[in-house]
Amino acid sequence: MTVLFGQLFTGISIGAVLLLIALGLALTFGQMNVINMAHGEFIMAGAYTTYVLQQSITGAGLSLAVALPVAFVVAGTMGVLLEVLLIRRLYARPLDTLLVTWGVSLMLQQLARDIFGSPNVQTRAPELLTGNVALPGGLTIANNRLFILALALAAVAALTLALRLTPLGRRIRAVVQNRDLAAVSGIATSRVDRTTFFLGSGLAGLAGVALTLLGPIGPTMGTNLIIDAFLVVVVGGIGQLKGSVIVAFALGVLQATGEYLTTLSVAKVIVFVAIVAFLQWRPQGLFTLRTRSLA
Amino acid sequence: MTAVTPAPPDTAVRPAPVDPVPPGRPAGRSRLRTAAGFAFGAALLFAVAPLVLSDFRLALLAKYLCVAMVAVGIGIAWGRGGMLTLGQGVFFGLGGYAMAMHLKLADAGPGGMPDFMQLYGQLDELPLWWRPFASPWFALPATVLLPMVVAFGLGSLVFRRRVRGAYFAILSQALAAAMVILLIGQQGTTGGTNGLTDIKGFFGYNLDDPVNQRMVYFIIAGALLALLALARQLIHSRYGELLVAVRDGEERVRFLGYDPASVKLVAYVVAAGMAGLAGALFVPAVGIISPALIGIVPSIEFVIGVAVGGRATLLGPVLGAVAVVWARSALSERFPGTWTYLQGLLFVVVVAFLPGGLASLWALARRRDVGARPERRGGWLSLGRRRADRTEVPAA
Repeated sequence: MTVLFGQLFTGISIGAVLLLIALGLALTFGQMNVINMAHGEFIMAGAYTTYVLQQSITGAGLSLAVALPVAFVVAGTMGVLLEVLLIRRLYARPLDTLLVTWGVSLMLQQLARDIFGSPNVQTRAPELLTGNVALPGGLTIANNRLFILALALAAVAALTLALRLTPLGRRIRAVVQNRDLAAVSGIATSRVDRTTFFLGSGLAGLAGVALTLLGPIGPTMGTNLIIDAFLVVVVGGIGQLKGSVIVAFALGVLQATGEYLTTLSVAKVIVFVAIVAFLQWRPQGLFTLRTRSLA
Repeated sequence: MTAVTPAPPDTAVRPAPVDPVPPGRPAGRSRLRTAAGFAFGAALLFAVAPLVLSDFRLALLAKYLCVAMVAVGIGIAWGRGGMLTLGQGVFFGLGGYAMAMHLKLADAGPGGMPDFMQLYGQLDELPLWWRPFASPWFALPATVLLPMVVAFGLGSLVFRRRVRGAYFAILSQALAAAMVILLIGQQGTTGGTNGLTDIKGFFGYNLDDPVNQRMVYFIIAGALLALLALARQLIHSRYGELLVAVRDGEERVRFLGYDPASVKLVAYVVAAGMAGLAGALFVPAVGIISPALIGIVPSIEFVIGVAVGGRATLLGPVLGAVAVVWARSALSERFPGTWTYLQGLLFVVVVAFLPGGLASLWALARRRDVGARPERRGGWLSLGRRRADRTEVPAA
């Protein structure tokens, strides 16, 4: 029983990381049909922001607290730059956004290598987050994992509230549902796009901060995570946050369980097979926006 | 793929064309030009290159030509069929590993085992799934058929359920990621991160001998020409027209009574087979196959060459792929960091601002009709595609 819960929690914490990354992707993919391969590098930017802040701010707890908003803004600004300079030219060609942003991610990785060096760097975790929480029944849960889970859930809650309640959220939802109708209704869709890109990329920055608690920071840290996160978005359904939430945790648990029963590598294959099987059942993802479009 | 073609209402009025040109097959001058082009390419590959280049350079060229073979397949699947496959490394790897497993077993001799198995796996006997590869009659067809079977499996699942566009690209990429992780994880039987290295023999020939290396080069050059010929036939057939139609308007093609899934599947499977052959020939040329050669990054690099050369043309992918890998090895030796920036920049500039690739520059320079969608027209490099377009216009 303890083992089961342990595995379950490992899965949930994998899912929390995936969720943090996938949220931003779901936002930009859902609204603009943009596949941003540089999202992984925005994660990296968030992680390096944490690292830089820790050089100047003593006290790991304080620097982490400062890093969260700063990383959000840093990554978000990078996202807006990318959108303004490149992506807005490519809205009609979604597959090409994938290729272009991959070129950008190559350059950003090299930039990180030139600034911070190729070897990975490490940050100190705040003392508060290094221990474990003991639960009844001999169960322990690592504090940092708990923190990441809380961060992911907070991000989901904040994003949901923002989308539901704020005028900006209303505009975003309108653009997701019907871009043309939104435009003729007086919504400045290009401005909404830019804001969405800022939010989505900023979330990647938050994910980067969270990842510094789990492992080293390196120029290529985003590459592998991004594919899993894309799978979450694909399986969850476009333009639907709840799909991403459910699927992120489901994939996390599946990965952890598979890893426990077999090996890490076999678990990856199991997850892939499960995704292809799932798409047989629901090719448009778990949740879809109902539209009348034929495409 | 049988078409339900309703009889045109005006058949009685309009006479049948006097000289019916089969759709898509360029006739006359264009065909002559293509033959001349092939002869020129063959002369370049078989006579000029071996004379001019040193053994070392020739071996490098052999390696580039393998990448070019993958590019021919991507040109069909992506350029013609609109399926952005980011996982061609998987098929390249399947072909490469199939070949390497056979050569390893042949090196080890009858009943022998590859050296690394005792080292990493502490295996006493050959794993079951290695055994068939001891026979060349299994291993050689497998280099091409295995990738095709995998592509057929994934493709038929994915295309039938109309998973496409970005979804397909991401899935194909995930396949590459999963395969690499699997190969690394099963170190005892796959060689792990190192892959299968130190391949010495090639069907009885010693690969250290420069003469035999040349032989491998000639095989590769011949294979590339054969694949190009095959691709050309495919592109200019009825099927080729259908493939482009599916790319540009899948729903319309469906309404016309065709099954777009089958059309796409054929292109994807052919591309996979080409990548498999390329991987198989890469192994004797370079002497190694490893996960680092087939993962996500190399898979995308295959696509870069195709995009840079011109995705929708026949020769563009080949020239682009060779140019990009050549530039990488030439520049990354001297400026390792700068090359990465250049590679990224090249990709951004070409895809964002010149989606037809460098082939469309040629066409632009010759003031051909490169319209709003340059990928539909290729100019000279498309080898007669314009002619093919014209045959579709009904005689007025």
